[in-house]
Amino acid sequence: MATVIAMRKRPRGDPALIQRKFFKKTAKGKVIKVLRERYLRDDIPCGINECPYCITQQSRPLSLAVAARHSDYPAGHYVIPDTNIFLNQMDLMESPLFDAPLIVLQTVLEEVRHRSIPLHNRLKSLLRSEDRPCFVFYNEYREDTAVQRKDDESPNDMNDRAIRSAVAWYRHHIGQISSARNKGQPVPRIVLLTDDVANRRHAQTEGVEAVSVSHYVQGSKNSALLLDLLAAGAGDGDQGDKAKSSAIYPEHMSSIMINAGIKAGQLQQGHFNANDYNYLEASTAPQIYSTIDTFKGTVRVAAFPKPVLVVGRQNMNRAMHGDIVAIEVFPETEWRSPADAVVDQDEALKNDDADDTEAEGGDDLEAQEEARIATKLRDGSGKVKEESPTGRIVGIIKRNWRTYVCHLDPASLSSSSETSTSVQAVFAIPTSALLPRIRMRTRQAPQLLDQKILVTIDRWDSTSRYPEGHFVRSLGKVGGKEAEQEALLVEYGVAYGAFGKAIQDCLPPEGDSWVVPPKGHDIWKDREDLRDVLICSIDPPGCQDIDDALHARALPNGNIEAGVHIADVSHFVHAETPMDSEAAARGTTVYLVDKRIDMLPSLLGTNLCSLRPHVERLAFSVIWELTPEAKIVNVRFTKSVIASKSAFTYEEAQIRKDDQSLKDPLTQSIRLLNSLARNLREGRMRAGALNLASPEVKIQMESSESSDPIDVKQKEQLETNSLVEEFMLLANISVAKKIQETFPLTAVLRRHMPPPTTNFETLKDILMKIKGLKLDVSSSGALASSLDLCVDSNEPAFNTLVRIMATRCMLSAEYFCSGNVPRDTFGHYGLASPIYTHFTSPIRRYADVLVHRQLSAAINHAPLHASLHSKDYVERILNNVNRRHRMAQMASRASIEFYVGLAIQSRAPNEAGGVREEAYVIRTFRNGIAVFVSRLGIEGLVTFKHEIEYDAEAYAVTLPNGKKQKPVSLAVFDKVTVKITVEKDTTTQRGKVRMVLVSPVNSEAL
Amino acid sequence: MSSRVEILNAGGYRSDGRTQYELRSLEIILGDSSRPRTINLHDSASNPHPNAPDGSAIVGHGLTVVSARVFGPREPLLRREAIHDRAKLSVQVAMLPFSGGMAGRRRGRGDKRLLELGAAIESTFESVVQTGLYPRSQIDIVVEIHQQDGGTLQAAINSVTLALTDAGVAMYDQVVAVSAGLHSTAVLLDLTHHEENDMPHLTVAVMPRSGKVTLLNMEARLHVTRFEAVFKIACEAVTVIRDEMNSVISKRTTSLVASISDSAGPRNLRAGNEMDE
Repeated sequence: MATVIAMRKRPRGDPALIQRKFFKKTAKGKVIKVLRERYLRDDIPCGINECPYCITQQSRPLSLAVAARHSDYPAGHYVIPDTNIFLNQMDLMESPLFDAPLIVLQTVLEEVRHRSIPLHNRLKSLLRSEDRPCFVFYNEYREDTAVQRKDDESPNDMNDRAIRSAVAWYRHHIGQISSARNKGQPVPRIVLLTDDVANRRHAQTEGVEAVSVSHYVQGSKNSALLLDLLAAGAGDGDQGDKAKSSAIYPEHMSSIMINAGIKAGQLQQGHFNANDYNYLEASTAPQIYSTIDTFKGTVRVAAFPKPVLVVGRQNMNRAMHGDIVAIEVFPETEWRSPADAVVDQDEALKNDDADDTEAEGGDDLEAQEEARIATKLRDGSGKVKEESPTGRIVGIIKRNWRTYVCHLDPASLSSSSETSTSVQAVFAIPTSALLPRIRMRTRQAPQLLDQKILVTIDRWDSTSRYPEGHFVRSLGKVGGKEAEQEALLVEYGVAYGAFGKAIQDCLPPEGDSWVVPPKGHDIWKDREDLRDVLICSIDPPGCQDIDDALHARALPNGNIEAGVHIADVSHFVHAETPMDSEAAARGTTVYLVDKRIDMLPSLLGTNLCSLRPHVERLAFSVIWELTPEAKIVNVRFTKSVIASKSAFTYEEAQIRKDDQSLKDPLTQSIRLLNSLARNLREGRMRAGALNLASPEVKIQMESSESSDPIDVKQKEQLETNSLVEEFMLLANISVAKKIQETFPLTAVLRRHMPPPTTNFETLKDILMKIKGLKLDVSSSGALASSLDLCVDSNEPAFNTLVRIMATRCMLSAEYFCSGNVPRDTFGHYGLASPIYTHFTSPIRRYADVLVHRQLSAAINHAPLHASLHSKDYVERILNNVNRRHRMAQMASRASIEFYVGLAIQSRAPNEAGGVREEAYVIRTFRNGIAVFVSRLGIEGLVTFKHEIEYDAEAYAVTLPNGKKQKPVSLAVFDKVTVKITVEKDTTTQRGKVRMVLVSPVNSEAL
Repeated sequence: MSSRVEILNAGGYRSDGRTQYELRSLEIILGDSSRPRTINLHDSASNPHPNAPDGSAIVGHGLTVVSARVFGPREPLLRREAIHDRAKLSVQVAMLPFSGGMAGRRRGRGDKRLLELGAAIESTFESVVQTGLYPRSQIDIVVEIHQQDGGTLQAAINSVTLALTDAGVAMYDQVVAVSAGLHSTAVLLDLTHHEENDMPHLTVAVMPRSGKVTLLNMEARLHVTRFEAVFKIACEAVTVIRDEMNSVISKRTTSLVASISDSAGPRNLRAGNEMDE
């Protein structure tokens, strides 16, 4: 579009209509008047295709010829929802079954944005979707529909009035259009959708058609299915019976009181984390949010280095995992050590009735537990070690509700006949053990019984024991691999849809047959020809997205030239294209056991950008001149064209290197690389890099075609693994330096903060008491060397176990924008490098794509896109990438866990036998132990039915061993044998790994 | 989140209803019709208001309102300040105490920010006013900021151009200024205070006839490739403001000419301007 610069003339009218006036209170408490101008226009389009009055260049999605989809509106209709519809009924609006054409008003859009950013994002993606007729009408800028605030009117009332006036205008406008076109045709109706009774009454007096959601849905085509999607409490008059039931939970404080309390230091704010091990106990780690607190210098938060414990339902007061809550800390006399019993939610809450919130029975175990805790508080004060602060939640600052993967609790169904379509209240049990059950009403309960379903929480009243939610959609049969896989993806928020047409259009039109054009083409501009260099790639077996390749050759001066060649993804993925924004949203490729959710379309990932052998590919090369001791003489970065000579697996490369009879140049270059890598690694270790272990296992499939797992193997580490790793690290560090130099404000970097020493306290204490070993955590180098000393000659796995436990004390690494954090916090703790980034896997990580763009600008190959000059933009993208990265990790871990379960099942089909594995105790409780099975890489709980002798000081439990033998004591790090079975819990239908101690004591009787 | 209000929403509208390249409403009051129009300054009897300015203009870009008054060319108050071959330009900027509100603290006389603003205006006009025509004299320009809603410098420069025109001071060309900013990748013109707070922005002053840039003021960091885009559009936008200013000038001139011919004798009423080409 040509740039048309024009001046908007302010009409000489009523200043109140063209200016917005409001009063603002400054931080100092001064009240100032703020004036904002508003230019009212007459060129805001209505979005109706046939409209002769509105001129617009954009495509107009709404058509006069709308099909009659609703029994009340035979001539067709448009729906204009008000704000609360989007806030409360987003699932309904998003459902493909709800297919009425939508007109979204600007007033509504902005109100949704102010109220909830996640909902606003969902609304935006709904507006973007191509299969729904939606249109945004900017009613506040159109002179006919703009309203002006009246003196005694609240902002909400004004917005409602604005919505009504827009609806009225549309009705008038559509009448004009249809009379201008054709007199005979029926005119579609404009329907205001609102659940606000007062708003509907006003609408009626103003002659605007308004209906409630439930009324509207009842008349629509798919009413039975749509009614399930209605959020709880959407009905008009079901508030009556709620009022009479008594409150179970204390009321939440109002936000004003919470703010005042936090300011006064009586309350603390923090993230609520439900405890994995124990449903009734949760911890809140107060964050240093309140600037006022820190400002005063009475840093309350620092007074509680340990998380505040919240024990019991009453104290948890409807908080759910991830919520930001306000917490009142109890006086010190009520502090206690973290609970040492394990309560299983399934056991504790078995007998609640979905219909009857006040069910008295069934809480025995819970009541017992609470009573026990209470008695312990009273009498155990002398013995309790290291008390943690306790507290109760008085208010929720921000809910973290989303859609949860659940399945129905069969016990809660009142009628399970297939044909029943009556509404039933049932319990949905979330897959995550951190969440309570959700009560919901559905008509399809019997059909959903063996399905994984998605459920959204709508509210949690103080009179209701459980949160109330509604059904969103079904994923498939429980236990089915497809459904479980999809459930995983939903649970971790992984976008797994196919790439849309707009994205496919960004790919080169030649598709599969794309080749590097002959020399002289534009692509060759500033590109080095490295096709003759002996380059090879080394990857895990079966790797399709090869994004790195290497080479090394001796130089005449005795030095060595080594190169790392990375797929030139930024040549194909340009900034601000649909493909780019999709990749940015996905953030990373997610690897599940038998599935890969790509970040980029597979044409790029596994073909055009994959550095396959014997084909020419575009690459981004980092080429060093290194001394034989691996000191960098110089480094250069260049875009290049390469032709990989071979794609090795780690194993092949290892064998080739070790085979002394092979003397070909390719093998020689691998040896050269290997010797350099060894030097590099040594140098890194000297600098204090950590060698951390995490349990990595590989699922072995029966055959390459089937996806039935048969066994689990630990991943092997070969010398060639570390060869590739060293060079990738070197490339990343070199690139990080370069882009930080060129773009000091917006360089995309990665850092790993040193962990606070308090994280290591427990581990240090355990090591000291049980093994007599000291752990020095003063620096990464000190930690590395003291970890090396943590060996037990009898127990080769002990060192690995300690490393795994140490890893859990660390913070996770994160991407950041260099202009937003102080220079001295750039360091990477684990790698002991002062600066680091990710450059080497642009096919599967989005941060690398950004780094590629910055590096190519840094070497003047291509200008840097404007967005990468903006700190805010980079920061926003990286925050998302960080989150996606974390989620992807959790998803793939969960996927492995699921398959480990399957593998165990397939190895031991008869339930009784189970699999016997060696395991190590990693935590002890009053009625159980947590063990780690290193061969399978899984962690499990062994629970005992009765309480046993428990020594919290020594991290040990003592188990009675039959009548004759003397009791056996088990402490952390002790080796035990456990029997692992997978059992389908009858109530939850969840495949659950169950572990029973076999030796030294058989715990089945305990 | 920095702001709850979207700078540029998905429909392409800014928070005040303008689109990307739309300028705010420009209000100009040229000269003060109520003041007496006698020109004989040396004859104090014929001039009941010896302190009245020789030219004045009030310019409002949206809610930003700035006035400028021009005194002179006249004899310098201090002899020693006279320059023998040209006129001396002196600019004073004042901010009215009630103008602040949304634009931070109140600024008194001698405030560094105001001095800088004055210096910027002074250096802009030194090359434009034909100072050589008025040797050993002084031209005083007083700029007063009445209301602020972004684009103060732009409004100040435009008002000074108009006031100099009104005073009949000879200039090589007009100077017209406009502000522009970059929101992510979109260029916005004529920023409000709210928009200025949220993005890198610059003010350009251009002589529209020759296309020469006499002032460029930017306080943020902007990459050179992006800068070019913003700069080009700002330079184009200047012509829109110029046209608006010229239509006001010619209207005023027409009314002055009309009042000359209406009045009986050839009284030495001051002509509006001799600027229009």
